[in-house]
Amino acid sequence: MNDNEHLLKHIAKEPSAGYDRKIMDYIHNAATHGLYEIRGMGAKRAVPNFDDLVLLGASLSRYPLEGYREKCVTKTVLGTRFASKPIELEIPITIAGMSFGALSANVKESLGRAATELGTSTTTGDGGMTAEERQSSKTLVYQCLPSRYGFNPDDVRRADAIEIVIGQGAKPGGGGMLLGQKISPRVAKMRTLPEGIDQRSACRHPDWTGPDDLVIKIQELREMTDWEKPIYVKVGATRTFHDVKLAVHAGADVIVVDGMQGGTAATQTCFIEHVGIPTLAALRQAVDALEDLDMKGKVQLIISGGVRTGADVAKALAMGADAVAIGQGVLYALGCNHDAYTLDGAVHSACDDYANLGTAAGFCHHCHTGRCPVGITTQDEQLAQRLMPDLGAKRLKNYLKTLNMELTTLARACGKQNVHHLEREDLAAMTIEAAAMARLPLAGTDWVPGF
Amino acid sequence: MDSLSFDLAATPLRDLNRFLHKEAVTQGIRHVTVLHPDGAHNIAVGLDAPVAVEIAGHAGYYAAGMLKHGEVTIQGNAGTGVAENMMSGKVHVKGFASVSAGASAHGGLLVVDGDTSLRCGISLKGGDIVVGGSVGSFSGFMAQAGRMVICGNAGDALGDSLYEAVIYVRGNIKSLGADARIEDMAESDYQAVGELLAAAGFSYDPHEFKRVASAKSLYHWNADANQEY
Repeated sequence: MNDNEHLLKHIAKEPSAGYDRKIMDYIHNAATHGLYEIRGMGAKRAVPNFDDLVLLGASLSRYPLEGYREKCVTKTVLGTRFASKPIELEIPITIAGMSFGALSANVKESLGRAATELGTSTTTGDGGMTAEERQSSKTLVYQCLPSRYGFNPDDVRRADAIEIVIGQGAKPGGGGMLLGQKISPRVAKMRTLPEGIDQRSACRHPDWTGPDDLVIKIQELREMTDWEKPIYVKVGATRTFHDVKLAVHAGADVIVVDGMQGGTAATQTCFIEHVGIPTLAALRQAVDALEDLDMKGKVQLIISGGVRTGADVAKALAMGADAVAIGQGVLYALGCNHDAYTLDGAVHSACDDYANLGTAAGFCHHCHTGRCPVGITTQDEQLAQRLMPDLGAKRLKNYLKTLNMELTTLARACGKQNVHHLEREDLAAMTIEAAAMARLPLAGTDWVPGF
Repeated sequence: MDSLSFDLAATPLRDLNRFLHKEAVTQGIRHVTVLHPDGAHNIAVGLDAPVAVEIAGHAGYYAAGMLKHGEVTIQGNAGTGVAENMMSGKVHVKGFASVSAGASAHGGLLVVDGDTSLRCGISLKGGDIVVGGSVGSFSGFMAQAGRMVICGNAGDALGDSLYEAVIYVRGNIKSLGADARIEDMAESDYQAVGELLAAAGFSYDPHEFKRVASAKSLYHWNADANQEY
C-alpha cells in the first residue's frame, strides 16, 4: 500500500460530524425533489426527557407505603376554577387530541372504549367530533382549533369540556395538515372541504388574535355552555412561562402544555425537529408560571409530549403536573410500528406493507400517507379493518392499566398515598442538562445549574 | 305574553343567555329585547331556538355567536366576530361590524347594513353574508363554502386561499388574494345575488356585481410553486 492508498483508506473511514449520513441523505433528497419532507409522529432527536430524572424512594428519612396493599389515590379533578361541572377522572392519564381523519373511526372508538373503562378522558382533534367517539367516550374533550373544521354548537353542548388549541408541540406556530390521501368523502364532509385536496389548516384562529381577545373568546364558550364545562387552553411549548401566565389571565380552567416530542399526523420534519422546547423544560416553566401567580392547584396543568411510561407519569406529577396526555404512546399500544396485525382472528405479517412505504416496523412515521400497515392512521376502509375496536380497546386498556400500576407503585415507594402528593423534592436529575431544564438538583448533590 | 325585555344595565349577561338557552321556548317567549347593551360581549351566544332577539344599541364581541334557528337584530354596531360559527337563522347588524364578521359560519344569513372591518367571512363554511357597505382586507380568507355579497368595495387580498365559497362584489377590489380570480357571472350567479339582496333588503341590480372564486391552483401540493403565493 503506497502513501496515497493509505491516506484514502483513512479518509474513507472518517465520517464527517457536520455532514453525516443523515444530513447527506437530507441534502440528496432536497436536491432530487425540491420539497421538504412531511411525516408523522414526533421529534426523533435525543432531547433531555423524563428518563434523565430519578425518583428518590423512601428509606430511613422517608416512610414508604406497602406497594401491593396500601391504598394510593389516583382520582384527578380538572377544571375546578370556574366550571360548575369539573371533569372527574379515575386516573391522571388522559388521551391526547387526535383527529378523526388522522385516525380511523375504529381507532377513535377504541380510544373511547378504553378510556371509559378506565375512567379517563379522550379528546377530539382537528375535524370535529364523530358519533363513534361521543358514544364510546364517557368523558370527551372537544377541541376548538384555528380551522374550526366541523366545529358546531351542538357538539359544544354534547362535550364534557372544551379545549381551545393555540398550538401543538410538534409544530408551535403552524397549522394542521392532512394530505389528500386521507380526505375521504366522510372526512371531507365533516370538514366542509373538497374530497382529496391537500388540507393545510390555518395557524391562527379566525375570530381572535391575542390574549386580550382570548379572554372574551373563553367567556363566549362559557356563556354558550352556561358556565358548566371546563375550558382548557392548549399551547405548544416555546415561551411556556409567559404563555401559561397569559392563558391563566385569559380565564382558562385547565392548561395543556405540549412539549416538542409531541406527535403529529403530518408536519414538516424541519418543524418537528427544530421548533419548540423539550417537555421537561416546558413543564418546569409552566409550573413556575402557576406558582408565580399563586394559581397552582386552582388552574390544573396537563403535560404532554413524550410521556410513555408509568415512571414518566410519576415524574411529571412530581414536577407539578396534575395529569398527563398521551398520543404517540397510545398509538404504539394499538400496534403502531408492530410487524403484524390481526384480521378476522388471524395474525398477518405487515412487513410487506411497511416495505411498500419504504420503511420497516419500528421505523415507520408514514401516518401522512394514509397507508398505515396496521390500520391505525388511515381512512382506507380495508386497512382500517386491521384494527377493530374490540382489540384496540383491549390493548389500550392494558397499556393504561400498566401505566397506572407503575405510577402507584412508584408513588407508594415515595411514601405517597395519593399520586398527586408526589413533589419536586422526590426527584433528582441524572444529567446537567436535565437538572438545568427541570431545575432539579443533580443526583447526589444539591446543585441546580444556574442557581 | 310572548315578549320580554332584559336590561343589561340591571341584569347580568349570564341571566339573559341562560334564559335564551333554557327558558325562552318553554315559557313561549318569541321576542326578547335587550336594553342598554352598551357594547357588552357575547350577547345571545348559543341561541338555539326560533326566538327573535333585538339588541337596542351596540354589541361587543361575538354577538349571536354559534346561532341556530334564531333571529338577532343589532340596532347599532357589532364588535369582533358577530355571528361567528352561525349554523342557521339570521343576524342583522343595522350599523357597522368590526373584524371577522361571520367567521366560520356554517349556515344562516348575516346582513350588515354598513361596512365591516378586516377578515369578514374568514373561514366561511356555508353561511351567506351580505354587506351593504365595504369590507376590509383579507375578507373571505380560506372561505370553504357559502356566499358573500359585498355592495361596496373590498380591501386587499380578497378571497385569499378560497375553497368553494363564492364572493360577489359590486364596487372596487383593491387586490385579490392568492388563488382568487374574477370569473364571469352566470345566470345562476345573477339569480343568487338577486335572492340574497332581496333577503337582506337591498335593491341593487345583480348585474352590477362581479364574481370572485377560487382558481383551485392551491388545492394540491405543488413543489414548483415554491410557495410564492
